[in-house]
Amino acid sequence: MTSRPIATTRSVMEVPTGRLAMWWVLASETVVFGGLLGSYVMMRLRHGAWADEAANTSTWAGAFNTLVLLTSSLSAVLAHQAAERGDGAKAARLLRYTMLGGVVFLLVKAFEWRHEIAEGFTITSGLFWSFYYTAAGLHAAHVLAGMIALFIVSRTAARSAELHRVENVGIYWHFVDVVWIFLFPLLYIAK
Amino acid sequence: MSGAAQPVHRDAGFIRTYLWSTDHKVIAMQYLFTGMLMALIGGFAVYVFRMQLAFPGESVPLFGRVSAGQYNALVTMHGTIMIFWVAMPVLLAAFGNFLIPLMLGCDDMVFPKVNRLSYQIFLLSAVVLVASFFVPGGAFGGAWTAYPPLSANATYNLTQHGATLWVVAVALEFVAFLLGGINFVTTAMNSRAPGMRMFDVPIVVWMIVIASILFMASVGPLIAGAVMLVFDQLLGTGFYDPGTGGDPILWQHLFWFFGHPEVYVVLLPAMGIVAEVIPVFSRKKLFGYRTIVYTAVATGVISFFVWAHHQFVAGIDPRMASLFTITTLIISVPIAEMVFCYIATLYGGSITLSTPMLWALAFVAEFLLGGVTGIFLGAAGADIYLHDTYFVLAHFHYTFFPIAIIGAFAGITFWFPKMFGRMMDERLGKIHFWVTIVAFNVIFIPLFLTGAAGDHRRIFDYSGFPDLATPGLQSLRITATMGLVALLAIQPVFVVNFIRSMVRGPIAEANPWRANTLEWSAASPPPHGNFAELPEVYRGPYEYSPEDRDEDFWPQHVPDVSPAEAAGIGGVR
Amino acid sequence: MNSRAHVDAPHPHQTNYVAIWAVLCVLLGVSVVGPMAGIRFLTLITAFGIAIVKAYLVCRHFMHLRIEKTWVVYILGFMLALMLVFFGGVAPDVLTHEGLQWRKTYVEPTAPGGER
Repeated sequence: MTSRPIATTRSVMEVPTGRLAMWWVLASETVVFGGLLGSYVMMRLRHGAWADEAANTSTWAGAFNTLVLLTSSLSAVLAHQAAERGDGAKAARLLRYTMLGGVVFLLVKAFEWRHEIAEGFTITSGLFWSFYYTAAGLHAAHVLAGMIALFIVSRTAARSAELHRVENVGIYWHFVDVVWIFLFPLLYIAK
Repeated sequence: MSGAAQPVHRDAGFIRTYLWSTDHKVIAMQYLFTGMLMALIGGFAVYVFRMQLAFPGESVPLFGRVSAGQYNALVTMHGTIMIFWVAMPVLLAAFGNFLIPLMLGCDDMVFPKVNRLSYQIFLLSAVVLVASFFVPGGAFGGAWTAYPPLSANATYNLTQHGATLWVVAVALEFVAFLLGGINFVTTAMNSRAPGMRMFDVPIVVWMIVIASILFMASVGPLIAGAVMLVFDQLLGTGFYDPGTGGDPILWQHLFWFFGHPEVYVVLLPAMGIVAEVIPVFSRKKLFGYRTIVYTAVATGVISFFVWAHHQFVAGIDPRMASLFTITTLIISVPIAEMVFCYIATLYGGSITLSTPMLWALAFVAEFLLGGVTGIFLGAAGADIYLHDTYFVLAHFHYTFFPIAIIGAFAGITFWFPKMFGRMMDERLGKIHFWVTIVAFNVIFIPLFLTGAAGDHRRIFDYSGFPDLATPGLQSLRITATMGLVALLAIQPVFVVNFIRSMVRGPIAEANPWRANTLEWSAASPPPHGNFAELPEVYRGPYEYSPEDRDEDFWPQHVPDVSPAEAAGIGGVR
Repeated sequence: MNSRAHVDAPHPHQTNYVAIWAVLCVLLGVSVVGPMAGIRFLTLITAFGIAIVKAYLVCRHFMHLRIEKTWVVYILGFMLALMLVFFGGVAPDVLTHEGLQWRKTYVEPTAPGGER
């Protein structure tokens, strides 16, 4: 296995390399979701009737999921705090709570979508629903990817190794949270 | 902290060394060879369809009769492959991977495993694209711009599987370059050698970093759009279907919001390569280093404000068209400034017309022609006539060919000694250069003329257009095709030169061109870990013909020693 | 390898993350209740205005942008600004219902039969 190159240990810009890379990841994800949600907003403004379609989404499921993600962000930042103090075991435990938040989020979404599909609102039921499933689906894919990353980082953190990664994976998770913070009113509330 | 290179590894097998390596130089070669291979496919595609245009209805040697559907697939694949699977991997990924750690004086990229992953995803994207040739219906035939409803609806494009594979391949390629770009930018920001300030970084590294950021910032909406397009193709959603309330113009905007910055994503690295070659073979300091950096950044920023000039006749709001005309004309200014800086570098220099220098000079001359013809297209009024004619095509080949071909050859011939430890043959190099350049102009000058005369793009057979099916125009088309045949026929000279030199060319020393940048202080080729001792930097990269010095170059890593100290008087530094 | 060695001491003002979370939850509650009043202006403020505030709090305090290098904030801000450019350049076309030589013929369907 290649050991870490000396390149990775330098930080001329005074931001640790892993964190700097994560900011660039966020920058590129911002424009992906920005493009999708910007297109949705334009379409939504063009089609006033979509408000009626959106009335069929479950505000409570959306709000509950928002609460879940906010809470998982809390555990993520507390994990970072623990990592800063060198407490790998605590950081790993808090990261697992964050993962649990992701699991709950996806479960709620699964139930939500199953209910909506059973009622006849599929991805081809209309353009609103196409956007609804695409946007929430893309977000859910990022939640899933985040959970995998959280799992991997929690494993090494439990051994008090690579603790700087706790902060970096946390930053990604907060981003996923922020995207949902905007998805919630866009898809659920604006009726 | 300068330290020794990595300890010697146990002897790794062929797979570990060449196929599964995390070494940035190996990954660079992987990108380079994949790009050059894909160029063969893209080149074959253009050969076939230009033969069809020159001799309509006749069987093309090595292909057969070209049907209308095949024609569409060939032009689509030519454009798609040359931009995404030749220009980007060669200019951005290969040169970026090879040069950035070496020029910055470090031992690898900051994330070597992510680097390897990015190539693997890229390779997968190439495989998916090539696979699309072999599925029922064949490769996608909806043009590289993939406008819906043609691209979304299989009953229109007749290449149902090819269309989806095309979108998937492009999406995978985007992911690969996002990963690679993050690696490049982070490495360039954080891993510079001690003493290397921001304005001591070689221009080509600046350019590749700016290009990577441009790519990152512009590709997002298109990724979103591609997801929507795939859903339209596969699931029957109607994102771009007016019948369901969608909007095909939305795709155009999503595409071109990326598509325009994309041309600067490939232009900037090519200009960076030229910026490295010209000072070395003029033995003169690069003129206006900071100007070049600032104008490159300005070009990048402005490039986000010009995209709808591709849509002047698509039915966009005419007020927006006026706006985009203004911004498009403005963007020619910073690029012109960069070219002026290069010309000013040449002025008064001690010029050596080596093969790399010939390519670099040809880039400046040919790109200039491409740039000025863009002015006509950028003006919405003129574009009403010129849009979708061969005038556009000739314009963008006068920009893309210098970028993807001339710039790439400049870089390859310049850094070949560093990459492979041997020198290329100058005579073969010059033969290849002259025939390529002459042939290139023989192809595209006639196409400016046919375009101005009204030749539409993407037409399989002009016999349906009585005004265009004239002997005069047809002879121009034939001339262009003959130019292409000559261009393709001379490329084996380069391949022979490349392979022969790689295997038994004269051994190259570390710094055969007597250049200043850090890569020339490493061995040729550099070992794993690059430098026996990681360098420190004392000055900028373009100190050629410095005053009060014997040598006409002053490498970045050589410590500052006054003549008195060099003579041993006074304390050693 | 710890390049933050010089910041090993706890942050000067230790953020109370739980307090921030509590504020976020309250804001969430307001943003759910607000639209129930049915007043469009109030819905916009509570749903979207609060979303902006919540995002700001998460970015500033959870992502620690408050103490991050300023240029990082500028990079992220630049990306957001680009999204505004995108919206500004595309919306005039997508939002238009008719032009000099064309008219939108798509008719919005009435709400599907299923009522909640």
